[in-house]
Amino acid sequence: MINHKLDAIIDKIEIVNISTDILVIGGGTAGCFAAATIKETSPETDVLVIEKGHVDRSGCLAAGVNAINAYLNPGETPASYLKYVRDDSAGLVREDLVYTVGERLNRVTEKLASWGLPFIKDADGNFKARGKRSVEIVGEAIKPIIAAALKKSGARTMNRVAATNFIVAGGQVSGVYAIDAREKKFYVISAKAVICTTGGAAGIYKPNNDGSARHKMWYCPFNVGSGLAMGLRAGAEMTTFEMRFIALRIKDVIAPTGTVAQGVHARQINVLGEEYQKNYEDDTTPMRMYATIEENKAGRGPCYLDLTHLPADYNPRLKESYLSMAPGMALKWADSGQEPNESPVEICGSEPYIVGGHGQAGYWVDINRQSTVSGLFAAGDVAGGAPKKYVSGCFAEGEIAALAALDYIKGKWPLKLSDQDISEELTRVYSPFNRDAGVHPDEFEERLQKIMDEYAGGISTNYELCEPKLLLARTLLATLEEDVKSRLAVGNIHDLVKAHEIMDRVLVARVLVEHLIYRKETRWHSYQERVDYPTRDDQRWMTFVNSLYDPTDESIRIVERPWAGLEVTS
Amino acid sequence: MSIKINRALCNGCGKAQEPGCVSVCPGDLLFKDNENRCAIRDARDCWDCAACVKECPRQAIELTLPTQIGGRGASLKAKRSSNSLEWLLNYPDGRTEVFKVVVKEGGTI
Repeated sequence: MINHKLDAIIDKIEIVNISTDILVIGGGTAGCFAAATIKETSPETDVLVIEKGHVDRSGCLAAGVNAINAYLNPGETPASYLKYVRDDSAGLVREDLVYTVGERLNRVTEKLASWGLPFIKDADGNFKARGKRSVEIVGEAIKPIIAAALKKSGARTMNRVAATNFIVAGGQVSGVYAIDAREKKFYVISAKAVICTTGGAAGIYKPNNDGSARHKMWYCPFNVGSGLAMGLRAGAEMTTFEMRFIALRIKDVIAPTGTVAQGVHARQINVLGEEYQKNYEDDTTPMRMYATIEENKAGRGPCYLDLTHLPADYNPRLKESYLSMAPGMALKWADSGQEPNESPVEICGSEPYIVGGHGQAGYWVDINRQSTVSGLFAAGDVAGGAPKKYVSGCFAEGEIAALAALDYIKGKWPLKLSDQDISEELTRVYSPFNRDAGVHPDEFEERLQKIMDEYAGGISTNYELCEPKLLLARTLLATLEEDVKSRLAVGNIHDLVKAHEIMDRVLVARVLVEHLIYRKETRWHSYQERVDYPTRDDQRWMTFVNSLYDPTDESIRIVERPWAGLEVTS
Repeated sequence: MSIKINRALCNGCGKAQEPGCVSVCPGDLLFKDNENRCAIRDARDCWDCAACVKECPRQAIELTLPTQIGGRGASLKAKRSSNSLEWLLNYPDGRTEVFKVVVKEGGTI
């Protein structure tokens, strides 16, 4: 059927063709560092960064961060970092990836300091340690500083350009299709190599707050897993989505807890005043989350971080520290009429996020951070297998991917694209504009979040998973995907971006549910809590669960990849 | 409501096509309306990052917590200079607490 209305809309869209040597998708922590590394190593190489927001404040670091949480303080080594990450993650991590992150952590952190980001120093003039692998910073301006480094590097940047699909030709990724987030422009960007640094995904599950507070969450609500969905549609293999990351956070404002837990040694207590963690088998990150849920289930909640040991003169410092990262926390204290040391702060779990920087969900990459599709690299929160890399680990992966991409493009030429392919993507991208009546993306987002919350282990079910409910989630998501494709309707470009965000989130959710169904054990408490398979089974499940998507029949295939240990000496 | 834009203070940064706040919002939620004031498309989508608050040269934008999560009128404003930031934390009782933070040191950038 000829669709005249869609044709008329597409006629008004300006098609912009762009060519570059290396394209970076996402101007966040990993992407900016990757682009700057390329220009520093090879000034003659043309680099283009496209960013859905504006690089000055986009993504996870918009508000700032008050510590670099992956740094090897004296006595720590890449090998001891690997041991820590492995032990905290139930033994199953990509050791090659974690180790190569560890090798670079200090150098990239020192580079950040050289750019002018204030690091707090100890009496000897060294970075002030906050635990073995963390140093304190005044990080309010970390993102504008990273963006300034990007600009100074000579890389080109296009803000408010949202990628929609990779261009795949001859079995390799050779660019990306993208829409302008404000104007009626469609970009066809060809590149010899592409580095995907789009971050993880929030908003897959119903968040802690709703309505007017629906975006009061820890992870960036504008990171929606688009890079993951694009990778899936391009045939890239994904890993370990089932290790969701659920953050133990300060209730309501969902502010980070490390500032008070590690920063000022706040005791983690239940309502009886007991330090309950000692009653659980270990003190790993997932176990701290699990223990807090179990205490609440047993009637010993709420649980708290106790700040009442702090002297009064510490109160302004604590507020200032949060202002540089999660300013809502300072408002919470002001609204409650209490100073930080006057009462313990209540803690809770966040919605489950799909992230490779804290958890290890993301692209399956080789040691050079190349995905299973030639020419496509991934780094940072979108790359899997290396949890607990945080900001500095994202820098490290950006650097590794940058150097590998530079090597990859030697002798390569940009491919010529066919008009047929461009026309197909144009139709797909603008089809929600075509409908007179339909459903706004926000409504589908609510539907997705409700399904995932109730049947795939969200907050309301204490994150617990079991097969019958997961199978129901699979069915409901299939229906939702059909509806999203046929009934999404938007009237402006801002909402068109949202329309693509929900399409991408639904695909990520579908793949996530397949991962959750497949792993029949409980490896990471609370993150992957299978109440029908409640124990860890190393004999069967010390293996990576990976997924592949086939866009022709929209099927998802799960494959296993063997775990391999790394022989390293400290 | 997460940010509140004081329409008496906001002047849309004059003829600037893209005022700082409109530029930096990570969700692209702000725009200049037809009265040359900045406005938010949908306050429910605001993340509370305060990027716009810090960007505003006239302190016309303030951050508050939604009532749902205990907001009772406290608000945050900010004054930015080249390398430092002054936070003004206003309490529901009218008090103001000021924090001055050096956010950038020399460095190569």
